[in-house]
Amino acid sequence: MNPFDLDRWQEVGDALLASPVRTLLSMAGVFWGTFALVVMLGFGKGLETATERAVRGMATNAVFLWGGKRTMPFQGFPTDEWLELDASDVEPLRQLEGMRWLAPRNQLGGHRGSGVARRGPEAGTFNVVGDVPEMAFIETSRFDGGRFLDELDLDERRKVAVIGKQVAETLFADGADPMGDWIEIGGVPFKVVGLYHSARTDDMGDREEQTIHIPLTTFRTVFDGGRPSVQWFAAVAEDNVSASDLEDRMKVLLKERHHVHPDDDMAFGSFNAEREFGRIRRLFSGIRGTTWLVGSATLLSGAIGIGNVMLVVVRERTREIGVRRAVGATPRDIVRMILMEALVMTSLAGFAGLVAGVVLCELASAAIGPDNPSFGPPQVDATATLIAGVVLVCAGLLAGVLPARRAAAIHPVEALRSE
Amino acid sequence: MIRLRELRKSYVMAGRPLPVLKGIDLTIPTGELAAITGSSGSGKSTLLNVLGILDAYDSGSYELGDVLVKDLTEARAAELRNKYVGFVFQSFHLLPYKNATENVALPLYYAGIPRRERFRRANELLERVGLGDRADHLPNQLSGGQKQRVAIARSLVTNPRLLLADEPTGALDSATSKEIMDLLVEVNRAGTTVVVVTHESVVADRCPRRIRLVDGLIAEDQHS
Repeated sequence: MNPFDLDRWQEVGDALLASPVRTLLSMAGVFWGTFALVVMLGFGKGLETATERAVRGMATNAVFLWGGKRTMPFQGFPTDEWLELDASDVEPLRQLEGMRWLAPRNQLGGHRGSGVARRGPEAGTFNVVGDVPEMAFIETSRFDGGRFLDELDLDERRKVAVIGKQVAETLFADGADPMGDWIEIGGVPFKVVGLYHSARTDDMGDREEQTIHIPLTTFRTVFDGGRPSVQWFAAVAEDNVSASDLEDRMKVLLKERHHVHPDDDMAFGSFNAEREFGRIRRLFSGIRGTTWLVGSATLLSGAIGIGNVMLVVVRERTREIGVRRAVGATPRDIVRMILMEALVMTSLAGFAGLVAGVVLCELASAAIGPDNPSFGPPQVDATATLIAGVVLVCAGLLAGVLPARRAAAIHPVEALRSE
Repeated sequence: MIRLRELRKSYVMAGRPLPVLKGIDLTIPTGELAAITGSSGSGKSTLLNVLGILDAYDSGSYELGDVLVKDLTEARAAELRNKYVGFVFQSFHLLPYKNATENVALPLYYAGIPRRERFRRANELLERVGLGDRADHLPNQLSGGQKQRVAIARSLVTNPRLLLADEPTGALDSATSKEIMDLLVEVNRAGTTVVVVTHESVVADRCPRRIRLVDGLIAEDQHS
């Protein structure tokens, strides 16, 4: 008994084609279920891609840390005192286990502050930051020309600047090449040595492109009156180290160094990208889970629909089943016939739904374009397709079991008597 | 060919057994053309179902050729029906979505014969019953007589030992009835044992042997 016997499939095809409209209508449920599942998965993936792209360029295991206000008295220090991080914190922090990159940064006007930059008649308000070379590994921008700051820039306190795309667009509105040209920040001239655009596509990317980076040492001399303060630290953990763990240990170390009560959680502020990414990831796995649940439920109801139609079909074909039994069909032959019909219907409908879903995703993908900031191209991956296929076959068998059993129970004598 | 001994069968009606066959002793030799007659409720349809291995019986015995037909599984019964018995019904019982050839070929499908061979033999049989030119017609494109010819072709396609016809002319006019009976007589002459269940004396009179059932027992057994 070969299940791939062409004859048997032909027999099933004949039966299904005998009432094509009914066959098509009963297939609609499964078609719709698969279509919905594929489209939802595809668009979910697109949304995920867009989100991932929005935060691209920021190390996913980055930690940002800044000084806050002392809220608990400790070792004679009063509360409400602002804590200032400084250059002497850099080396001890760098020595922490699992620390990959550490970069102190100061910003003109403080956190989210800004400074005015000019070039001839053009002027604009930008984020002006003092950076160290390590920052390039934490905020990975894409260079359109030149380079980021290097050690020599810092050692010699050079008056050089690396500028974002939107800075260039404002100050070099006349179309001149920014590279090697000069801009003025707070009346001090800086030579442009690097030009970049952001890898991110969200508003953080915009902010990044509105930034002017100068050496931290130069920044201190020019804007901080030579004070060695650090406004915040950006850190990246080693690949196998948890950013949250590193964040905790950085705080412990800083609390010790700045005489802060071990339980004073307000003394240092921090932001942990890993935690944020984790939240986003959980959100998307939630969306995916819901998609599968809803999709499978729709598929299941489609399969139940087919099962229901098959029950009616078995009833209507009682006489046919009687005739088949009379000319030599065993109950097993009848079971197989009905099961195969259900299977063929669900598989065909599911396959059609799958193809339609993939086609829609592809069309949408083409319409959305490869670099739309709010929506990534919908994609259907092979694993999902495979799982959907397996679910379909199971649904088909499920749909056929009850009708097939009922068909097998039909007694030929009674079936032949029924008119 | 057929040997029945003390064959009994009863149905359960409203919780009580209702005897239908009350001890049938009957022998039908190979090559005979026999009619089973009787009023409705006499048990003739039940007898036909037992002979056709469509239904089981309670006690006694039924031998079909060298096979004892008793306590069979559904699968074995189906196999024996397929091999040894052909059926012709009053209302033809052709599958509406299959053409004449496909209908005739159906028993061969369950016998496991390849498609091409099935259709070749089916068309041969259609020629034999005079419907060679109707092979690709669907049942609803055929007249009553033609449908019954297709059904007879189907019943013969596996070369059965026994052809059972249940009121084969019941749905046909008298002229067509005669044609169908001519065909059954011809089939019988070619060597197949034929048993016809009928309540029409015109049909019964075409059969050399007539068995009359009354109330689940053989009341009359005539040879002519």
